[in-house]
Amino acid sequence: MPTITYREAVVRALNEEMARDANVIFFGEDVGKAGGVFKVTPGLWDTYGNDRVRDTPISEAAIVGAGIGAAITGMRPVIELMFADFAAVTLDQIVNQAAKMRYLSGGQITIPLTIRAAQGGGVGFGAQHSQCCETWFMHAPGLKVVVPSTPADVLGLLKTAIRDDNPVVFLEHKGQYAEKGEVPDGEHLVPFGVANVVRQGRDVTIVAVQRMIGVAMKAAQELEAQGISCEIIDPRTLVPLDMATITESVKKTGRLITVEEAVHAGGWGAEVATQIADETIWYLESPIVRITIKSGLIPFSGPLEDYVTPSKDDVIAAVQRVMTP
Amino acid sequence: MATAALSEQSAAQPAARLDAATRLHMLQQMIEVRTVEAQIQELFLENIIRGTTHLCDGQEAVSVGMAATVKPARGDTVTCTYRGHGHALALGMPIKTLMAEMMGKAAGSSKGKGGSMHLTDMQHGLIGTFAVVGAGLPISNGAALTAQLKKTGAVAITIFGDGTANIGTFHEALNLAAVWKLPTIFLCENNLYGEYSTYEDTAPVPNVADRAAAYGMPGVIVDGQDAEAVYAIMSQAITRAQSGAGPTLVEAKTYRYRGHSRTDPAPYRHAGELDQWLLRDPIRVLSERMIADGELTENALAQMRQTTAKTVEDAVKWAIEQPYPINESVYDDIWVQ
Repeated sequence: MPTITYREAVVRALNEEMARDANVIFFGEDVGKAGGVFKVTPGLWDTYGNDRVRDTPISEAAIVGAGIGAAITGMRPVIELMFADFAAVTLDQIVNQAAKMRYLSGGQITIPLTIRAAQGGGVGFGAQHSQCCETWFMHAPGLKVVVPSTPADVLGLLKTAIRDDNPVVFLEHKGQYAEKGEVPDGEHLVPFGVANVVRQGRDVTIVAVQRMIGVAMKAAQELEAQGISCEIIDPRTLVPLDMATITESVKKTGRLITVEEAVHAGGWGAEVATQIADETIWYLESPIVRITIKSGLIPFSGPLEDYVTPSKDDVIAAVQRVMTP
Repeated sequence: MATAALSEQSAAQPAARLDAATRLHMLQQMIEVRTVEAQIQELFLENIIRGTTHLCDGQEAVSVGMAATVKPARGDTVTCTYRGHGHALALGMPIKTLMAEMMGKAAGSSKGKGGSMHLTDMQHGLIGTFAVVGAGLPISNGAALTAQLKKTGAVAITIFGDGTANIGTFHEALNLAAVWKLPTIFLCENNLYGEYSTYEDTAPVPNVADRAAAYGMPGVIVDGQDAEAVYAIMSQAITRAQSGAGPTLVEAKTYRYRGHSRTDPAPYRHAGELDQWLLRDPIRVLSERMIADGELTENALAQMRQTTAKTVEDAVKWAIEQPYPINESVYDDIWVQ
């Protein structure tokens, strides 16, 4: 199996889907001639030209709106928001229009739009360029929300997103673009709503996404040496969310920890925790613990940003807490 | 049509002289819209329609003049604001379907899920009426992009009010349409009031069309009470769009007889203003012209009003008899399965 980087997986998915379907178009700020500010999409403009790959002005609402309108009228647009935080600039187009138009039209409108954006921190960009924003979109029924953590998942999920007839918010982690991973030979599609059990274990279920998977894995290695066996689950998509896999795991382990690089109150961890409390409470041996960004807001200073971000030690402490009767 | 530093006045353009059949059709449609809006107001007072509504009495010529240029078969699309009943009807939504949607019935255009502010009729090119000011403009650009890429010759018309000319998406959408030379037609219904505020209090330039030059496109003012003039200007804008020259900003000067929404008695109106505008009632403008041209008689006009009143009354009765959607339908159409 070949090894590629997380960012290479993005452009590979776009290349494959654009070659496969002439209706797939791609636009955003500096995505074409410059190949993207994170160098994620080089070569696409050279291959497909200005009809199918376009640079836009700095106009997030116009960009998303054009994506919506083109999707309604037969194209399959992929649009890029340079930073997920900028979704706030155009929140109406995303949560009031893209998410709701099918419902408000009684099913007449179909919006096969993919909105790609880079989220997450650890790179010193400060609070307005570093947030993990997935919860904004989880709270808008009608939007699917994807948070891939590996190159293989980026590839397979982005292809699925482009083929999905619903509006999809595809959140890449900017700190993971250089990470490498194996991808299967041939065409690789990953379905939505299917979690990946990244590590099997007996004693505690740890649910995490993107960069936090790596953090959880490091913690699990150390805990193994202490005789504690961690099961790590990557939901990969938050809408739809595979609670069946998480539930099965919690029934086995009796303990649940979520690790989110996000605001504590109302994060996806709260959703997972509450659903487990709804349906699986009698299997729990201990309270559920959610590890999140300590301050909610992400500070610029390096030591501070490291401090607020969930770490291997935070996960180990949480596991020891839930293992202690 | 060259980009002008100042907006071109419609008086400088030749008026369209449409054939009698088209004129009659537009007149009939205006009478329908007027009658439907009056009925909707009554139904609100009788609590048969809930929520709110934004009526377009006085603005009918913009709806029918625009609609007469739209060809859904080639892929034309329209977006408009929540003051959209007139546009929906003129584009071809059946009166019964509109009434049923107003009442939240399953037989409504959106199966009762949208209401007055979300009328959608894909068959006739109406992508949506939008409840958020300015939301439709960027979306129409997307439809225009499709037309450009697929070379269909289709146009994307987005209709909005004078208030919209101050919101962010107006500026973003005009800019993008001009830069990409999209076949978008920005049709502004300037009825002099953005909700309860006057145009002069909220905009620093005398006409919305004055802003067109800032976005590298022609800005044209048209008499919004003259359906034929609206038709003529829209046709020119469509020809320009189809030539690849890009978008146009059309400002129709018009007036709404009623308040902004159901609960607004419009105390902010200038004294005597409504009476002035009633002299240029769009139905009156076209019918008087047709009578002068020997294409219509007063009797025939009276007959049209009578027949339309009956049609609308029947549509209301029908809609009242329709069932509400079943509770389980609340889960429908959130997703494409």
